[in-house]
Amino acid sequence: MAAVRLEGISKTYPNGHVAVRGLDLEIGDGEFMVLVGPSGCGKSTVLRMIAGLETPTGGRMLIGDRDVTALPPQERDIAMVFQSYALYPHMTVRENLGFGLRMRGATRPVIAERVEEASRVLGLAAVLDRKPAQLSGGQRQRVALGRAIVREPKVFLFDEPLSNLDAKLRVETRAELARLHRRLKATAVYVTHDQEEAMTLGGRVAVLRDGYLQQAAPPMELYRRPANRFVAGFVGSPEMNFLPGDILGAAAPGPGLTLGVRPHDLAIVAAGAGDLDAWVDVVEPRGSELLLYLRLGADRAGAELRVITAPEPPIEVERVVGVAFDRARLHWFEPESGQRVEVSR
Amino acid sequence: MVALTLLVMASAFPFYWAIVSSFTPESRLFQSPPLFPADLVLDHYRTLFNERNFWVPVRNSLIVAGTTTAFCVAIGGLCAYALARLEFRGKSLLLGVILAVGMFPQISVVSPLYLVLRQLRLINTYPGLILPYLTFAMPLTIWLLVGFFRQLPAELEEAAMVDGASRLRAFREVIVPLALPGLATTAILTFVYSWNEFLFALSFTLGPERQTVPVAIALFRGQYQVPWGQILAAAIVATAPVTLLVLAFQRRIVQGLTAGAVKG
Ligand SMILES: Nc1ncnc2c1ncn2[C@@H]1O[C@H](COP(=O)(O)OP(=O)(O)O)[C@@H](O)[C@H]1O
Ligand SMILES: [Mg+2]
Repeated sequence: MAAVRLEGISKTYPNGHVAVRGLDLEIGDGEFMVLVGPSGCGKSTVLRMIAGLETPTGGRMLIGDRDVTALPPQERDIAMVFQSYALYPHMTVRENLGFGLRMRGATRPVIAERVEEASRVLGLAAVLDRKPAQLSGGQRQRVALGRAIVREPKVFLFDEPLSNLDAKLRVETRAELARLHRRLKATAVYVTHDQEEAMTLGGRVAVLRDGYLQQAAPPMELYRRPANRFVAGFVGSPEMNFLPGDILGAAAPGPGLTLGVRPHDLAIVAAGAGDLDAWVDVVEPRGSELLLYLRLGADRAGAELRVITAPEPPIEVERVVGVAFDRARLHWFEPESGQRVEVSR
Repeated sequence: MVALTLLVMASAFPFYWAIVSSFTPESRLFQSPPLFPADLVLDHYRTLFNERNFWVPVRNSLIVAGTTTAFCVAIGGLCAYALARLEFRGKSLLLGVILAVGMFPQISVVSPLYLVLRQLRLINTYPGLILPYLTFAMPLTIWLLVGFFRQLPAELEEAAMVDGASRLRAFREVIVPLALPGLATTAILTFVYSWNEFLFALSFTLGPERQTVPVAIALFRGQYQVPWGQILAAAIVATAPVTLLVLAFQRRIVQGLTAGAVKG
């Protein structure tokens, strides 16, 4: 196990595309760090630079105390689970699992023992002699996982490992990954574009956008105190509402700010009894709760407002209701830069 | 079905006739067509190998074609892998030049090559044939293999390198086994090209001790008569290795193609 430190890491691809810009990030020993952001923001590039598959065009990379910036992948003692799994199609599951150990010169009995153990943990014992083509999607995913854990590397890297699974299997495997990490206590860097996956798995979550680090913090901190408007909008579902700050009158800490409020932090009250009145446009039952789409303004042409509320009492569409804002959970942002404005309470 | 059978029979018939004729005594060759021969003799083959020392050109051909193929696949394989994977400026230009070299009309380079080989004292030697063959076969080999390597996802060797393999080891353990159908196909094409090549073999050899099979057969015809029986027998000998090679690799090729169809 080892810590990973990125110091001002940049990557400009040969075609001139700047994928990562001056990234500073420290991943503690045994920490589960999730890199999250929209597609194309540079997550995979960061991961591939940690793996040594891409060379940074600027900055320094350390694993443990060692400067690995210029080291090829095979000398870094890391394991990586690829999005496509990248299983060796001509080898059996057993050979796939043992490949890394064999490359590092482990003896046959050691390989056999470790492969045995990993296959038991991952429920692959029955398919050890099959080729990847003869496995289901879930089994392939496990083999990819197994190939990483048999080696007990310094750092685990995951590039969207669950994105090829169906929804049910994805949630199951997510929980299993969390268990696995608790057991192995290994340093892990996990890439995903799915904020929910990031929030549920991450010890800390780093949000990237256009190659820039936006914020790196524990999931709840990211949720409660997003550093800027982008993070606020990216984290949490349904998405945070953004409104002109003067809508709440004197409540705004300054002029011209943007107000952010999560759908969960709004309450439906009788018309006229809340901070604002709104017209109910759509009601989506989600089982344990309702998601409402409201329209502000007397002429129903104002901003849209998403509200999560309890299913009882039922709410009818095309009616006017009152909306109450939870004053303790409001977020304020600079309109231009989008930076968070702290309000002392 | 009937049409297919007829087609196969029509195209196979000349070969059948050649095989049968090569076992028919010279005296009967030009009589009625020996469709279902009664008495087969090994006369022609006996003369071929005992009197004409036909095993010398066969040996020469095997050495020249075998060495050319080995070098082409080994060196061309590494070049093609580098070309398929590495990004550098002028890569497509380089690929174009490589292809152009392979497309040169042979006749245009025979004389300059002859002069170069004479300077190097390589006329009438094995290297004197292998080197020119390499200049022609290598570009085609590289072109074919670049195509095969490009089809293999780069993540496979990246996974191997993360797993602790050097680039060369990843190439050997992961890429080569998966590219085997491609390598086999390329090897066969190179072998067949070198085995059949005539112009260089005729120009750069002086006597029977270094002549290859096609040259030897061409020089069979005496001044007054053409030994058809022996020529046919020699032709069978010349065709046999190529046919055997294709048959031997056929299963491997089909196997490889179906295995590659399912990607993880
Ligand atoms: N080899 C490459 N050459 C040029 N541009 C690339 C290359 N790989 C990725 N990019 C670009 O860099 C950006 C970041 O890519 P990537 O790290 O894969 O994003 P993510 O994994 O977050 O979706 C994308 O805009 C992508 O098009
Ligand atoms: Mg990616």
